[in-house]
Amino acid sequence: MIEERTMETKQIGEIYRISGPVITAQGLSARMHDVVRVGKEKLIGEVIQIIEDKTIIQVYEETSGIQPGEVVENTGLPLSVELGPGLLKSIYDGIQRPLPELEKKTGKFIKRGAVVNSLNREKEWDFVPTVKNGDAVEGGAIIGTVQETETIVHKVMVPPKIKGTVKSINKGKFKVEDVVCELESGEKITLMQRWPIRHPRPTKDKLPPEIPLITGMRILDALFPLAKGGTAAIPGPFGAGKTVTQQSLAKYSDAEIVVYIGCGERGNEMTEVLTEFPKLEDPKTGKPLMNRTVLIANTSNMPVAAREASVYTGITIAEYFRDMGYDVSMMADSTSRWAESMREISSRLEEMPGEEGYPPYLGSKLAEFYERAGRCVSLNDEVGSVTVIGAVSPPGGDFSEPVTQNTLRIVKVFWALDAKLSSRRHYPSINWLQSYSLYKNTLDPWYNKNVSSDWSKLNDESMKILQEEEKLQELVQLVGSDALPEKQQVTLEVARLLREFFLQQNAFHKTDAFSSLDKTKAILETILWVADKAYETLDKGVRAKDIVSIESRNKISEAKFDEDYQKVLSNVKKQIEAELKELVENI
Amino acid sequence: MSYKEYKTIKNIKGNLLFVEKTHLVSYGEIVKIKVGKDDIRLGQVLDTSKDLVVIQSFEGTSGIDKTASIRFLGETMKFGLSNNILGRIFNGRGLPMDKGPEIIAEKEMDINGDPINPYSRTSPADFIQTGISTIDTMNTLVRGQKLPIFSASGLPHNDIALQIARQAKVKDQKEEFAVVFAAMGITNEEAHKFIKEFESTGALKRSVVFLNLANDPAVERLVTPRMALTAAEYLAYEKDMHVLVILTDITNYCESLRQMSAAREEIPGRRGYPGYMYTDLASIYERAGMIKGKKGSVTQMPILTMPGDDITHPIPDLTGYITEGQVVLDRELHRKGIYPNIDVLLSLSRLMNSGIGATKTRDDHKAVSDQLYANYAEGKDLRGLVAIVGEESLSDKDKRLLKFADLFEERFVKQGFNENRSIEQTLSLAWELLGTIPSDELTRISTDTKKKYYKQIKEE
Repeated sequence: MIEERTMETKQIGEIYRISGPVITAQGLSARMHDVVRVGKEKLIGEVIQIIEDKTIIQVYEETSGIQPGEVVENTGLPLSVELGPGLLKSIYDGIQRPLPELEKKTGKFIKRGAVVNSLNREKEWDFVPTVKNGDAVEGGAIIGTVQETETIVHKVMVPPKIKGTVKSINKGKFKVEDVVCELESGEKITLMQRWPIRHPRPTKDKLPPEIPLITGMRILDALFPLAKGGTAAIPGPFGAGKTVTQQSLAKYSDAEIVVYIGCGERGNEMTEVLTEFPKLEDPKTGKPLMNRTVLIANTSNMPVAAREASVYTGITIAEYFRDMGYDVSMMADSTSRWAESMREISSRLEEMPGEEGYPPYLGSKLAEFYERAGRCVSLNDEVGSVTVIGAVSPPGGDFSEPVTQNTLRIVKVFWALDAKLSSRRHYPSINWLQSYSLYKNTLDPWYNKNVSSDWSKLNDESMKILQEEEKLQELVQLVGSDALPEKQQVTLEVARLLREFFLQQNAFHKTDAFSSLDKTKAILETILWVADKAYETLDKGVRAKDIVSIESRNKISEAKFDEDYQKVLSNVKKQIEAELKELVENI
Repeated sequence: MSYKEYKTIKNIKGNLLFVEKTHLVSYGEIVKIKVGKDDIRLGQVLDTSKDLVVIQSFEGTSGIDKTASIRFLGETMKFGLSNNILGRIFNGRGLPMDKGPEIIAEKEMDINGDPINPYSRTSPADFIQTGISTIDTMNTLVRGQKLPIFSASGLPHNDIALQIARQAKVKDQKEEFAVVFAAMGITNEEAHKFIKEFESTGALKRSVVFLNLANDPAVERLVTPRMALTAAEYLAYEKDMHVLVILTDITNYCESLRQMSAAREEIPGRRGYPGYMYTDLASIYERAGMIKGKKGSVTQMPILTMPGDDITHPIPDLTGYITEGQVVLDRELHRKGIYPNIDVLLSLSRLMNSGIGATKTRDDHKAVSDQLYANYAEGKDLRGLVAIVGEESLSDKDKRLLKFADLFEERFVKQGFNENRSIEQTLSLAWELLGTIPSDELTRISTDTKKKYYKQIKEE
């Protein structure tokens, strides 16, 4: 589809009107979403409306000093990203210009009109073919591999919509623009391809979300699981621990590729991400986490139109790796800033506003974007997934505002970060009463089959206890815990065990940071076993206040920090059993 | 140079002039509007097309008629800079308003600046001592940060800003900050006070002052902070200085933004403010920072007054999403006669942790700050309880916390306008207050730290 367009002759027009980032050109016969170069400085813009003989262009850079009458040149290509070896470890702006290259070119400040290649043109890659002459290949087919980083093998694919028989294919060192394979039809395939960011990359089939993205965070894996190819939202009020949660997800989740988009956020914060991420170590390989990461940074003072494009740039890169058969997780921080950039451009276009000035198509744009997530069979029959985790920043913490509401209507998982929990040093500060996951039912069969047949039963039970605790706490505030019935006093203690030894997790502790599903289940099972034993003992006539103060109960926490958690837990069980037995004997 | 001049004003609406013309005019270009004989005003192109331009007048449109002539200067808003801007006072659009000589520009810079490449930034991590205990200990300011003061009408935010401008320095360094001070829409009286204060403390010679007064045209306010930040960037990145920028009052700036947006008949967003206010504010606040390989830095302290003391109002709300924390002033403390009336519980510095600790301030800093927070928060909660049940029914521990909250406000928060406390003095003072609480109730501080600094004060 792009290839067809490149055949067109380039069109030249001139600027008619300029109003902020929106420019009107005349004499240009462009198509919707074609990229144009505006003015003498060749600013990057995109066609967003065509009205009679006028073309309306949104410009990705500052427009002051530009004059009517200056040239507008149509590239004939839609806004696209370059896909090929060299994507990983990169740090890009919203329209895929590498920031380190921009620095080399224009200095510490980003000057407009800078043109830099997204992928390094000079670097040579070792290409190993996996098909041979005479093989028939179709769009999406893998024709060879490149070891892109120490940990990730880049699979070179035939661009979609091309097919034919391999005439020649070569092994050896190639630059991204070099032809590695030629088809009988004359099509030349390079290591690099382009794809328009506003079009989802084609797949053969979309699979149901039946496999969980294992995060290693107990509260998420057990209570609010996210499916591979699923969508989740996290609201990020000030100081609620959003950054730590995102970093844990990037480090420990079983996604192979991470795409992180800083969209309209603080410069200093972005710098923290840009300096922190390269320092993070991949716990699975011991190599830098950047080896499997792509960062996109578009801070709040960078051009608003590029902010609008940044999430599409990110998800297109994510889809490309998905097509190789990788599980990709993509984080967008924050989708609220993205929505605001849509609002800003919409108002420049003098469109009729919807709720709170947002364009009426806000909901459908958000839905379209999240719909690009999914677990798919790619054209080459590999199965890969793109999981999207979007942060929302509701103004004034008001969840009823349009971006949050429209997001919650689409995403299936909501992890409610809670500033109160984080100020109480309860990490991860995810509120278990407000969060939800709609994947629970579709994922339970997987868990019951692969971890343990009573997985879903255990989780439901623990949720029940936590919910009861909430109700009981209200009572306690009024009458004090001593006035509660004996049974409920025990329940409160069990809930505390759940909160402190199961839900709480130390992201910075070597062992506790990642909890395997077996470990998660073992801890949960132990706590619920304690609950059963405690109720039994209570029935035998022991006072609740004696039961809830047995010493060995707090030793469950040691299991979190011990590699050999099974041994710890079985010891604790023995001790608890002995203590409870003693209580019964001493009645 | 020949300029194109037109007498073809078609419409005048608010501060906007609609002018027909024949030659090509750039977006953002500066124009001179000549009214009568010697009334020359500045304006800027907001919208330009082949035959019509929309011009925003920086000095109002009153007195302008269709015969006024418009001269297009062919360039965007620039500010001529040199070392000599230090010690000078400019009006809101960068013209000298003291009696000093004109500035002979060594360099002209576009006032809109360019965004800093996020890759070229370095993380701010140098502690700035403001001499104000509540800021230094609990909401630490670091070099390159943007930390706004959220105030409200009738509160002494200007005094606090002045005190910070006078006292701010990096610990153990003699070098003082250069201060760029931009006033937007403040009264003549306030401006006078600022200038007097700057002159009397000798701070003026290391300051650049921009004054847009309440009776100056509202549109000029949109230019003032950009002028100031251009000056700041020049001093920081060309002259290797550490610059503290104080912008007051951002609320007036936003009002102007709304006014101009309405005049252009744009679709309003929340509470009538334009939808691009976030981006617009970001283009101001994000000009704070530190850059790899540059010696200087730009630190910002914008001041805003929350309309109706409402922290969820769009101005403080959007500001809070861009800046790295906030210092919130409290009306109740002010009524109690406590200066500076900083409410530490609502205040926050998001970069604090990178600027404190053994090598930067002192090893006990973090723990002391956490403990002060915890005790004061609890003590303040207890005040509510006391109002219902009376002090008699409190436990001894609660009584101590209640007393701690009072002591904290009276001795720690409260300090003189000219009182400059070093971080050591402030931390010692904090330990004195913590001494009223038994050691085992200070749960946020490790035993080692307590051994080193804690001394219990026996009650008489």
